Amino acid sequence: MFLSMNWIKDFVDLSGLDELSLINQFSLSTAEVENDIQFKGSELSGVVVAEIKSVENHPESKKLHLLKVDIGAEELVDVVCGAPNVRVGMKTAFAKVGAKIGEIEITPRPLAGYMSCGMCCSEKEIGISDDHSGIMEITDDIALGTDIKDVYAIDDIVFEVDNKSLTNRPDLWSHYGIAREFAAIAKRPLKALDFDDLTAYDKLPKVDMKIEDPLCYRYSCLQFENISRNVSPVNMRIRLYYCGMRAINFLADMTNYLMLEMGQPMHAFDSRKVENIRIKRFDQDFTFQTLDGVERNIDPETLMICNGDTPVAIAGIMGGLDSEIVEDTHTLTLESATFDATSIRKSTVRLSHRTDSSMRYEKSLDPELTTAAIARFVYLLKQYDGGVEVVSSLTDDYAYHYPEVTLSFDKAYVDRYTGIAIDNDTIVSTLERLGFTVSVSGDDFEVTVPSWRATKDVTIKADIIEEITRIYGYDNFEIHTATAPLFPTRPEPVKKDEDNVKDILVKRYALHELHSYVWNYADELKELGIANIGEIKLKNASNPNIETIRKTMIPTQLCQVRSNIGYAPSFGIFEVGRVVSGMTDDNLCIENKILGITLYQKGSDVRSLYFRLKAMIENLVDELKHKKVSFEKIAAKYDYEHPTNLNAVIVDGRVIGRIGIVHPVVMKKIDKRASIVFAEIDMDRFAAIANNSIVYSEPSKFPSIEIDLSFVTARFAPIKEAIEAENCELIKSVEVIDIYEDEENSSIAVRLTFSDNTRTLTRDEVVTVSEAIIEDLDKQGIRLKG
Amino acid sequence: MKEKLEQLRATLKSELDQATDPQTLENLRVSYLGKKGCITDLLKGMKSLSNEEKKSFGQMVNQLKQQAAESIQKRSQELKELEIKREIERMPEFDLTIPVKEERGSYHPITLVQRECERIFTTMGFNVEDYPEVVTDYECFEAVNVPKNHPARDMQDTYYLENGELLKSQTSAAQNAILKKYGPQLKEKGMPIRAIFPGRCFRNEATDATHENTFFQMEGVMVDKNISISNLIYFMKTMLSEVFQKDIKVRLRPGFFPFVEPGFELDISCLICGGDEGCPSCNHSGWLELCPCGMIHPEVLKEGGIDPEEYTGFAFGLGLTRLAMMKYGIKDIRDLNSGSLKVMSQFTDDK
Repeated sequence: MFLSMNWIKDFVDLSGLDELSLINQFSLSTAEVENDIQFKGSELSGVVVAEIKSVENHPESKKLHLLKVDIGAEELVDVVCGAPNVRVGMKTAFAKVGAKIGEIEITPRPLAGYMSCGMCCSEKEIGISDDHSGIMEITDDIALGTDIKDVYAIDDIVFEVDNKSLTNRPDLWSHYGIAREFAAIAKRPLKALDFDDLTAYDKLPKVDMKIEDPLCYRYSCLQFENISRNVSPVNMRIRLYYCGMRAINFLADMTNYLMLEMGQPMHAFDSRKVENIRIKRFDQDFTFQTLDGVERNIDPETLMICNGDTPVAIAGIMGGLDSEIVEDTHTLTLESATFDATSIRKSTVRLSHRTDSSMRYEKSLDPELTTAAIARFVYLLKQYDGGVEVVSSLTDDYAYHYPEVTLSFDKAYVDRYTGIAIDNDTIVSTLERLGFTVSVSGDDFEVTVPSWRATKDVTIKADIIEEITRIYGYDNFEIHTATAPLFPTRPEPVKKDEDNVKDILVKRYALHELHSYVWNYADELKELGIANIGEIKLKNASNPNIETIRKTMIPTQLCQVRSNIGYAPSFGIFEVGRVVSGMTDDNLCIENKILGITLYQKGSDVRSLYFRLKAMIENLVDELKHKKVSFEKIAAKYDYEHPTNLNAVIVDGRVIGRIGIVHPVVMKKIDKRASIVFAEIDMDRFAAIANNSIVYSEPSKFPSIEIDLSFVTARFAPIKEAIEAENCELIKSVEVIDIYEDEENSSIAVRLTFSDNTRTLTRDEVVTVSEAIIEDLDKQGIRLKG
Repeated sequence: MKEKLEQLRATLKSELDQATDPQTLENLRVSYLGKKGCITDLLKGMKSLSNEEKKSFGQMVNQLKQQAAESIQKRSQELKELEIKREIERMPEFDLTIPVKEERGSYHPITLVQRECERIFTTMGFNVEDYPEVVTDYECFEAVNVPKNHPARDMQDTYYLENGELLKSQTSAAQNAILKKYGPQLKEKGMPIRAIFPGRCFRNEATDATHENTFFQMEGVMVDKNISISNLIYFMKTMLSEVFQKDIKVRLRPGFFPFVEPGFELDISCLICGGDEGCPSCNHSGWLELCPCGMIHPEVLKEGGIDPEEYTGFAFGLGLTRLAMMKYGIKDIRDLNSGSLKVMSQFTDDK
């Protein structure tokens, strides 16, 4: 919203104060001012009121005229002018030689063969409207030669307030409301507005009007006749233009002007079209043509202003084309009303049509404004058009009164909340300047909230703290630390594990942490031939491609692998992210925090890649939990899983995740000559694993004996079982030192290390053990390699 | 005999000089000092001498034997040194401009920024909390005083799920749970509630270089008796100075958020120009709008089981995604979720 300092200064005397620093203070105390402050008129000088004394056609041009212009000097000035609306006796804005308009300085210069000593200006050229159809026509009675800035309020400072920072302040959608803030900030009095006395019309007939729907809180109207003025006064048009509105005609400009001044949207109907005003909703959808000519669909939720049963306006949003003021309109009905804010906002959304009026209604306008705005309207109307006649009494249906808000608090409350000492006088004067009624008794305050702040904005005493402190100025706060007793902090186990897991994966295994989205990308999965798996969908995804919340993270990672295959011949990625794995009996999502790891490697050695991943998982569990992992074959559940080598990852008998190879069909779509393996670990389950404490065992001081045994087999499990079956305490470690495979034979070589903490072992006792192992395996048909 | 002794001494000297490798030297040692060596032989030849002669000759032989051992030892040492010298000379100088590829991993930049913030907050006594991404309407809105008809609850801003739950649109969704979790300790033991909760948030909006539907925030709350606006400003200034590793100025402006009262927009002095001059990065204002904050709304405290007449608190919401972009100069927000290793592999540990 754009604001004019001139307009604000109508209501508060700011003389002697630096307006720019006040605007800055406003930004810190009230609402955010955009950076771009405009200094209107600063690039305009030397433009005076002049009268065209003669007009001759240019002999060689159809467009150009040769003018003699009276600028209040002794001699007339010769000007060549291209404007179509020049005529003798017309007064206009004239840039004299030496005048400046923006970058241009006016000099005498030949134009189409004639000297031109100045320029007649359009309103656009002097920056007071966007009208460039002809030169400005001045109808006011002003002495020729008068500087135009002396008669019209062209010099002004205009600033913009971010609408978003005004959402909770219906009172700030007007110059008068903003002026109240400036008055409080500058500690200057706020002037009262001038009103027409509406009681003077009490004897006139009432308008037939009735609120038939609780969504209309108050409806006020008044009828009048004999408006002769069509074009608004220049200064009014300048203000409207500076505030971002176009001048239309006097009546429309007046309603806009009132809205910008007091924040109350108003609408003028042709009285013939609103003989019995009813405010209501309809049972069925219908179409309605608004005054911008657009046919709009109205549903039963939308509140309408009607003439009997005929809709004439969408309440709070826009009038209808049929009831618009036209040439032969004789009597006008001026509407000033308040509606339910939420209803207006929702209607606006449904209609996709937001107006200056609906923007204000959405904020919960003060119903007290309706009649005040009419009184102000009539006052200004009479100023600008003496012949106006009011023909009805003020008709006002005040259906819903907001409750009066009274708040009590004491000085200690303010001290505690602010942490600084603000004295009672400052509290009282600040609140009073903002329109609050305050009564003090000792350190106890009772405050009545003004109607324009009581519609939703100020409801509790913490709101009062804001009023006091923002005007006091946060920059003026003395700041100090909070004091609190010391207590240790304990990291959440899952957070701690997450951090450690990330460190190990990045620093030891050189994996890359990537982020992704919590939904599946349906099109990308389709390209990989992976089903779009999920337990639940978004209800309102703007893009149907992203509506399924993922159930497993691996498909996302496979998409990521595919988009990165040019990055390196081998890489690994991981993410700690969320999936929805199922629904509870109460139909709530079961969300899991999942560690997903996917490794990619050019070439066909999928086993080494798979074992690398297996080692990672074992190390994570060993290092962070000091526990061993076991694996158990499981059946494939998803289409991207290779049915072979899919294993559950088990710790303490509980499945914490799974590890597997990507299905060849999917793998080939990603890269024909590569291996891809994956693992998913449930981080909450991981965090729940009890951490084994470290058990220190002193290494033996006696020499150890190593025995290497090579067996003809492809499977390690029986060897492991045979060794464990010996249950020999002397075996301190078992290490696979070689795996040999060719077409016919496979063999596995293991190294057993024996030692004892109390003595040196003899070769014989060690051999006894190893021979028992060999014999055991031999019985199972696993021979010792020759 | 004496001559023979002298002759041996001379031969040894010249042979030692010629010995240039450890093996020759060892052979030499054996030929002189070994069991069958020539010096040992001399002793064997003493049988024919008188006792008197034996004594003096024996002494001479022993002397020679000792000298021979010493000079062989000395030569051995020389040869070792020579060998080390040669080894040093053999070492070529490496060309360090040759690039070497050593694989290393990377963290997501959000992780780096989040950890940095977590570190700062934990040193100030805050607990770091974890919270789900799917939440209920109650958690995200009702519990934090966002009334039923608030525009934030309109369908266009929030991703709703088919079952009526939603993807949290703000980390404030965790506030109620945090207040309930730590409220008893506050009331029973006087332990102030100090917690941060970083997390992923979602907004249903079109994405471009500055808008993402998925982004990270970090919410923080502190609740105790007598927590004041003054404390809030102090705290934000201290914390943000630590985050940005410089003494920054903060300023508060009124800002409206339903879960705080009063609510503020917090600006920090521009990190580039310091706030005095104004520069393009702060749009010539000297300030950067950084994070919303405020005193926790009494209704929010009440809903969390904490009496607002007895306790007050402040809350703030830092945009972790924004911080990461500021810190690393990332211009397109979409890069963060792009999954591109070219982009993401650049972020190594940054403690």
